[in-house]
Amino acid sequence: MKLIMIFISASLINNFVLTYFLGICPFVGVSNKTENALNMGLATTFVMTLTAAATWPIYTYILVKFNVPFLEYVAFIIAIAALVQLVEMYIRKSSPALYRALGIYLPLITTNCAVLGLALFMVLRDYNYIESIIFGFATGVGFTLAILMMSGIREELEFADIPKPFQGISITLIIASMMALAFMGFAGLIRG
Amino acid sequence: MAENNGNTYSLWHEFKKGLWQDIPPFRLVLGTCPTLAVTNSVKNGIAMGLATLFVLLGSNIIISAVRKYVAPQVRIAAYVVIIALLVTVADMFLAAKFPPISKALGPYVPLIVVNCIILGRAEAFAQKNPIIPSIMDALGIGLGFTMSLATMGSIRELLGFGSILQFKVLGSWFEPWIVMILPAGAFLVFGSLIALVNYISSRKAEGA
Repeated sequence: MKLIMIFISASLINNFVLTYFLGICPFVGVSNKTENALNMGLATTFVMTLTAAATWPIYTYILVKFNVPFLEYVAFIIAIAALVQLVEMYIRKSSPALYRALGIYLPLITTNCAVLGLALFMVLRDYNYIESIIFGFATGVGFTLAILMMSGIREELEFADIPKPFQGISITLIIASMMALAFMGFAGLIRG
Repeated sequence: MAENNGNTYSLWHEFKKGLWQDIPPFRLVLGTCPTLAVTNSVKNGIAMGLATLFVLLGSNIIISAVRKYVAPQVRIAAYVVIIALLVTVADMFLAAKFPPISKALGPYVPLIVVNCIILGRAEAFAQKNPIIPSIMDALGIGLGFTMSLATMGSIRELLGFGSILQFKVLGSWFEPWIVMILPAGAFLVFGSLIALVNYISSRKAEGA
């Protein structure tokens, strides 16, 4: 039951993009076409799940055990960068088609603050291993959902007559503001 | 100011460009996460801006100093480690000296590591320039960023609580706009400020 709660909470109620403002750069940068947005979302979900699976043992069995939790930022960022690199190499070997589809999005994920944020929140909330993996996956799903919705809206906006100063990033953020309001409606799903 | 081609002028220029021409996050759209997340009050915005300024200054100095010794293939990894260490220092300093602020900023202090402004300046400026211009660049961009965060913070605090720096500015007649404190308000204010900056610069360009 707790796992379902974590899933719903991380993907809808506390959506990383719309309530914690993590991962805004790809959210604004790659949301102009639905297809790109979907690929970015899937790649990010994949990396987030793996990040949760990899950083939890690093934190619990290495940093805590040797009493150096203050090194967590350095350790996490290195782990994430290495992970993205490994995933990229593996996909290039095993599935060139997928590799072409993901293209430049994979390396960009290293600097997606949502991935590091995920590792930090995981530690902050004392999740166990299974919960962490679910949390990582759910966060990725939430990110995909948000970026996909945004790209759908932006494709329609191509035909709208937007005042000049508002074009581009400005209008995207204002739409995001309305999406954040809409997502607040999910807060009723879980008490407390 | 074409006649002022001396050294002082170019240093001043590196400093000044961060304050308007390249002001983050409005002109360089980098570092958006902290801009949105911690600007529900002026105090948090300024604290975040200064923490970022410190890390940016440190990373620009170190990266500019080691720029000839780092192999280009591993530079990003090396920069990230340098930045992560500086952020650890900033985080521990805040936690020791200003516990309430550290608590309010929460995980957003460690997230300075992935603030694209810092890596962006390292890539775009510090790795190609000597130490002194890199310091000026860091100070300019850092102060510009702090100013932007303070602006965002004051708009949201004024409309959301009717106060600035916890001083009640608007009287009891004022009904706070709760939405300004919520995430939605952050996106709204940020989007509108970008539009305002665009508008002012397009007016300037027309006037010139």
